[in-house]
Amino acid sequence: MAKNKESFARTLFIVVGLCLICSIFVSTAAVLLKPTQQENKLLDKQKYILEAANLIDSKSQVTKQEILDTYEKFVEAKVINLKTGDEVTGVNADTFDQQKASRDPETSSVPEHDIASIKRVADNAVVYLVHDEAGKVTSVILPVHGYGLWSTMYAFLAVEPDLNTVQNLVYYSQGETPGLGGEVENPVWKAKWKGKKLFDEQGNVAISVTKNPAIAETPYGVDALSGATLTSNGVQHSLTFWLGEEGFANFIKKARNGGLS
Amino acid sequence: MADAKELKQVLTGPILSNNPIALQVLGICSALAVTSKMETALVMALALTAVTAFSNLFISLIRNHIPNSVRIIVQMTIIASLVIVVDQFLQAYAYNVSKQLSVFVGLIITNCIVMGRAEAYAMKSPPMMSFMDGIGNGLGYGAILLTVGFFRELLGSGSLFGFQILQKISDGGWYQPNGLLLLPPSAFFLIAFVIWTLRTYKPDQVEAKG
Repeated sequence: MAKNKESFARTLFIVVGLCLICSIFVSTAAVLLKPTQQENKLLDKQKYILEAANLIDSKSQVTKQEILDTYEKFVEAKVINLKTGDEVTGVNADTFDQQKASRDPETSSVPEHDIASIKRVADNAVVYLVHDEAGKVTSVILPVHGYGLWSTMYAFLAVEPDLNTVQNLVYYSQGETPGLGGEVENPVWKAKWKGKKLFDEQGNVAISVTKNPAIAETPYGVDALSGATLTSNGVQHSLTFWLGEEGFANFIKKARNGGLS
Repeated sequence: MADAKELKQVLTGPILSNNPIALQVLGICSALAVTSKMETALVMALALTAVTAFSNLFISLIRNHIPNSVRIIVQMTIIASLVIVVDQFLQAYAYNVSKQLSVFVGLIITNCIVMGRAEAYAMKSPPMMSFMDGIGNGLGYGAILLTVGFFRELLGSGSLFGFQILQKISDGGWYQPNGLLLLPPSAFFLIAFVIWTLRTYKPDQVEAKG
């Protein structure tokens, strides 16, 4: 037996057999669990959208069903083309994956002024319109992302229907230094965004994440995170980029002229 | 089946007297990375316990059939499959925690504890004992992770398992969190303190001076 065990044929048999069993085991688990995982991902995203829209409180526990119901009732997702600002038909907003689209040369391009260091930007993006009970739009949620100090940070920016006044800036994925840059998720800092204006009267992007307390007092300034200059710069760059010409500028222009119904 | 005394030794030995982190100094990498919160530390400890226990079990079951020339690869295949399955389960049933643990679940594959126990114990012991040895080592790993996580979360964020214990200044309280404890290097200091305490209490763990 001992001698036999080491023979070439037997080694091959054991290795191939083991690989087969393991691969069946792994693929069964992956296939069976996939629906639950996708549901989780979607649910997680919807939770952050609702949080950005102030429809749920981030601290309280909300059940899965509450999230699904609230989302279904109040939120409408729209795929828009960033270059034209028009709605794109024929793309499912629930399954559209902006990250995936930005990797495919067919559906993305390299931005001319890549201030947010995102390398490629997808042609389309999903915006979320939040309605009240009467069907009137109460907030518009724009997904933004950009590079901070260590990581690409993803956030939902919720604005009033005037597309100028900020309601919320909710970061939902980031890998910044805990306690310093990671404080982008701190509720106290997030509260500073409420009511700030994104654009000045000429329509230029005016919002600034600043260390200057005099500017932070104005409607266009938000106090930068202490000890996290590069993360704060990253937040600034993300907003400047996504509110600019290569971001949502065209959509914002059209939406202001009554395209929000 | 081995007698109860040996079983107890296998199961509880790795917690204090033969701890994989404190005595064998294995698995330090993940102990630094996932201990900034109790919750992630606990889930990581459970994931590692499951992987070590089952990889030990399966390897022990086929230990008499594994050709010596490819034994490391065979062990790795089994361990890697188990880790992927555990990762899939976490993504399905503990999505938030799995997001925080990110790559570290996948990196259980390279955790020296799993491989070390497979090679050192499971290759020459019967299946049930190997399984228990895996659980024991997982518990030992978990004990250190939770100890380190306790201090890091309490002093670094003022909370335990996410419940605020010390009100932070930034939330209107009085506690100034220690930022160092949120960063991975702080775990080095804490693990060193644990090893120090353990070796003072059990002097036989002190390495002989060469």
